[in-house]
Amino acid sequence: MGAAYTPGLKVSEHVLIQKHRQLPLRGEVVVKVGDRVGSRDIVARTDLPGKVYAVNAAGILGVLETDVPSLMQKKVGDAVKHEELLAISPGIFGFFKSKLSSPIEGTIDAISDRTGRVMLREAPTPIVMHAYIDGLVTEIHPGEGCTVEAHGAMCQGIFGLGGEVEGAIEIIGAPDVELTASMFERDLTGKVCVGGRLLTLPAYEAAKKSGAVAVIAGGIHYRDIKEIVGHEIGVAITGSEKLPTTIVVTEGFGAIDMARATFELATKLNGRKASVNGATQIRAGVIRPELVVPDLDDKKEMSRAAEVPSLEIGSPVRIIRAPYFGIIGKVVELPIQLTELESGTIVRVLIAELPDGRRVTVPRANVEIIER
Amino acid sequence: MATHHASETPTVSKTGHPFSEIRSVLATDCGSTTTKAILIEKQTDGTFRLTARGEAPTTVEAPFEDVTRGVFNASVEVAELCGRTIVGHKDGEEFIMRPQTEEGGVDIYISTSSAGGGLQMVVAGVVRSMTAESAERAALGAGAIVMDTFAINDGRQPHEKIERIRQLRPDMILLAGGIDGGTEKHVVQLAEMLAAANPRPRLGIGFNLPVVFAGNSQVRGRVDEILGKKVSLQSVGNVRPTLEEEDLHPARESIHDLFLEHVMQQAPGYAKLMDMTDAPIMPTPGAVGLLIEQLAKATHQNVLGVDIGGATTDVFSVFSEKFNRTVSANLGMSYSVSNVLAEAGLPNILRWVLFDIEEEDLRNRIGNKMIRPTTIPVTLQELQIEQAIAREALRLSLVQHKAFAVELRGVQQERTIADAFRQSASGRTLVDMMKLDLIIGSGGVLSHAPRRQQSMRMMIDAFLPEGVTALAVDSIFMMPHLGVLSSVHAEAATEVFERDCLVWLGTCIAPIGPGTQGAPCLLVKLEAQGDRPAQEHSCKFGDLILLPLEHSEKRTRATLMPAKGFDVGAGPGKSREVEVTGGVVGLVIDCRGRQPFTVPAERSARVEALSRWGRAMDEYPEHA
Repeated sequence: MGAAYTPGLKVSEHVLIQKHRQLPLRGEVVVKVGDRVGSRDIVARTDLPGKVYAVNAAGILGVLETDVPSLMQKKVGDAVKHEELLAISPGIFGFFKSKLSSPIEGTIDAISDRTGRVMLREAPTPIVMHAYIDGLVTEIHPGEGCTVEAHGAMCQGIFGLGGEVEGAIEIIGAPDVELTASMFERDLTGKVCVGGRLLTLPAYEAAKKSGAVAVIAGGIHYRDIKEIVGHEIGVAITGSEKLPTTIVVTEGFGAIDMARATFELATKLNGRKASVNGATQIRAGVIRPELVVPDLDDKKEMSRAAEVPSLEIGSPVRIIRAPYFGIIGKVVELPIQLTELESGTIVRVLIAELPDGRRVTVPRANVEIIER
Repeated sequence: MATHHASETPTVSKTGHPFSEIRSVLATDCGSTTTKAILIEKQTDGTFRLTARGEAPTTVEAPFEDVTRGVFNASVEVAELCGRTIVGHKDGEEFIMRPQTEEGGVDIYISTSSAGGGLQMVVAGVVRSMTAESAERAALGAGAIVMDTFAINDGRQPHEKIERIRQLRPDMILLAGGIDGGTEKHVVQLAEMLAAANPRPRLGIGFNLPVVFAGNSQVRGRVDEILGKKVSLQSVGNVRPTLEEEDLHPARESIHDLFLEHVMQQAPGYAKLMDMTDAPIMPTPGAVGLLIEQLAKATHQNVLGVDIGGATTDVFSVFSEKFNRTVSANLGMSYSVSNVLAEAGLPNILRWVLFDIEEEDLRNRIGNKMIRPTTIPVTLQELQIEQAIAREALRLSLVQHKAFAVELRGVQQERTIADAFRQSASGRTLVDMMKLDLIIGSGGVLSHAPRRQQSMRMMIDAFLPEGVTALAVDSIFMMPHLGVLSSVHAEAATEVFERDCLVWLGTCIAPIGPGTQGAPCLLVKLEAQGDRPAQEHSCKFGDLILLPLEHSEKRTRATLMPAKGFDVGAGPGKSREVEVTGGVVGLVIDCRGRQPFTVPAERSARVEALSRWGRAMDEYPEHA
C-alpha cells in the first residue's frame, strides 16, 4: 500500500498544541484573536434550549382539539409559572369547568388545534466553554468557537474515561508497579497522579477519596470499567462520563508497564499544572485522551501535534498485540515482500529489535510509532 | 458539470460516452478508513473482468479533509499495478482521465461511499410495528444506519422523545405514519414533536435538516405548515398506502436524492467527488443491497448476504423476492468488538474456543482489539479467538435480521383451523433457513481468513443453514463497486460478480432434527461427474464431514436419504434429489443437529468436539 501509515501516540516535550473549542450549538464567542487565556477562562457561551413538555390540553379540559386555541389564556411565546392557569373549559351551563395549569415554569412553545396539545418549554440552560489550556487565541469561528494555541508538552493515552480537568502533576509510583489503594491514602486534592502499570479498582476508589482529579496509568482491567462507569463500554467513545477522577490509560487493557518515555516526561513535569482529558474516540475522527502542559515561554523548534510521522528504519515502536504486547522496540528492517504469520495470515511486516536484543517479526499493523 | 439525481440514472457518461459501449470502468468505495479502487476492463473475448485493485487511506478527516485525495491515491495505485495512466494533472489539479484513449484513462468513473459514518437517519411512524417499521425498512434499504425509531406507542414520554431527537443529530429524518386516508391526528403529533425538537443536522452548521415525509398523503399540507419553515421538507408517496401494502420505493429514491443534494454536499470534498462520477454516488450498503437484490431476482434464489465490518454488521436477505436489510450497528470485529462480548456474553464466545483461557485475559484482549482496531492476529490462538467472536457477531446479527425481516403486520388475514393450531400470525419472519439457497459472506474476517475452510465454518456455525445451502465469499469486498456498476451496466456487473468477485466455498447439507450421538443420520449419494466416480457416504449424528467437490458450471446431482426423524427439506425421513455446487472448500455434510444445535457444555467434551470438527474441515495448521 503506497500510502500506508501507522497510527502513533504523541509523547513529546515540545509540541505545538492546538485546541479547537467548539460550542455544541451556535452561541457567542467572547474572546478575540490575540487574547491570552487561562485554562479556566470562558471563551464562548450559549443557551441550551430548555426541555419541551407536551400537555394533552384537549384531554384534560374535555374539549375538542379544535377548541383548545380559543380556550387558552396564554399565547405562543408567553412566559408561564409552575401551576399557572393556562386554560379553562366552558363546562356545562357554566358548571363542571376543567382547568389546565402549567406543569413547569417556562414559555408556551406551540398550541395545536389538530392534536389538542400544548407544548411548553423550560427556560434555556446557559452553558459555557472554557479555554481548557493556558494559551493564545489564534482563530475565531464566529458563533461557533475558537482555537487556543500553546507550546508545551503532550502525552497521549490510548483510552480514557471522564472529561476535562486540570491540576498539578504528582508522580504516584514507578512505571512497573501495580497501583494500590495505600498509594492514594493521603490528600491529593487537585492532583494529576501519574505512574504504575495497572490501575486497580481499589486504587481508583482511593484516588477518588484522595481528591485527585485524574489518574494516568499504564493499564486497567477491562472488567473494572463496568464497575467504574456502571455499564459496559462496547464502543470506545468516551469523555461524557461524570467521574470525579478522570482516567487516562497509556498502554491498554491489562497490566502493562507505562512506556518509559511517557513516565520520564511526566517525571520531568512533576509539580507543573497540566490539563487532562479522558475523552476517547477510536472511530473516524480519532480523539486520544491526553495530558498537556502548556508553556507559553517555550520557543523551541517543534512539531505540530496533528502531524503524522512515517515508519522508518530506526523508528521507536510499541508492539500493540500479542505475543509481544506492550514491548517497545526499534525498527531494524522493513521487508517489502508479504510474510506468512503463525496464524496463516499473509501481511506486510517489519523486523523490530527488542530491548533484550531479540529480533522479532511483527505485522506493520501491530505497532504504533512512538512520536517524540 | 451537472450532478445526477439518484432517481434519474443516466445512460451516458459525463464525457458523452454511452454506457452500453464502455470498455473500462474505474470504481471506488470510500469507506470509513480505506478507499478501495478497482479497474474493470472489457477483454478480447468481450467479457468484463477485474484487472487491478488498489487502496489508500480515506481522507475525509483532518489534515486532508478532502475525500478525493484518497480516491486519487487509490486510483494511482491501480494505475501503477496495471501500467497505464488513469489520473491526469491540469493546472495543479488532478482528475480521472476520461474517456479511455491510447494515452490511458477509463471510459467511466463511479463510486460508493460510507465515509464519515455513512448515512445516519432517524425514522418515525405512528405504530411501532406498522408504519414506523415500514419507515425503518425504507431507510435501511436506502443504505442508512437507523439511529432511533420513534412511534406514538414506543413507550417513551413525549418530552423524552423530543430530548432524544435533539441529541441525535442525524443526517436526515424519515417521517411516516398513517395509511392514506387514515389517522391524521397522530401524524400531526409526530410532526409537532419534530418541530419542538428542532433537530439539527450532523454536518453543516446553519443548514436545514432534510426531512422526508412519507406518511398519510392527506396530511401533507398540515405537516408542511408545521415543519416547512424549520427543516428542508420533501413529501413523497406513503410507505404504507394501505394496511395490506408497503411501497418503499418513493421514500428510498427520495433518501438517495437528499443524500446527494444535502448530506454529501456538507462532507469534505464530496461536491468535487460528485462532479467527478458518471453515475450517482450510492451509500455503500445501498449498493451491496442492490446487487444482492438483482442476483436473487436473476437466479430465482433466496439469498442471504452478510457484511461483517469493524463497527457494524449488515445483513441482507431476499426471500420470496422480498428484500430486507438490517444493520447491527454495534456488532463488529474491531471498533465494537467489546459490544459483541457484552451482547453475546462470555460463555457464548468461549464455547467456540479450542483452548483454556482466563476470563480476565480474554476480556482484556477483546478490549485491546477495540482500542487498536487495525491490529492483526499473529498467533493461531489469537486468530481462533477472533473467529469465535465473529461467530457470535454473525449469529446475533441474524437473530436481529430475522426479527425485522417479517411479513407486514396489521394485515387482516383469513385464518383456518389449521392456522390456529400452528399459532401463525401476521409478522412472521420471512427468513426460512430451509428455503435459503445461497449465503454470501463479506468483510475482513470472512474474506481474508487464512483458510477458506475457516470462513465456511464460521458462517455454518453462526447461521446454522438447514437442508441444502450454497456458500460463497466476496473475495476482495467488491460488491459495493459492482452494485453501483449494475445501475449503469448490468451485464458488466454480473460478469465480474460471477467470475472475479465471488469465491464459491461449496455447499452445506444439514438435516434438521435432534438425535443421539453416533446414530445413523443421513445417507448421501453423489452421481459420477467427469473423472470423479459416484460416491456414497453414510453420516452419523454428530459428524461434520468434508468431501472435496470443485466448483464447475455443471452442478453435481446428489440424493439425500435422511434417517427417520431427520429432514433435509422434503419432510422428516423423506429422500430428496438435489443439485449441489462445489467450491474451494467442497461439500460439507453437517449432521451436528439443527433445532437444536448444541456445542457440548462440559469443557473436555467441548474441546474434543471442536477439535474433531476442525480436523474434519482441515481448518487450522495443526489439523493438517
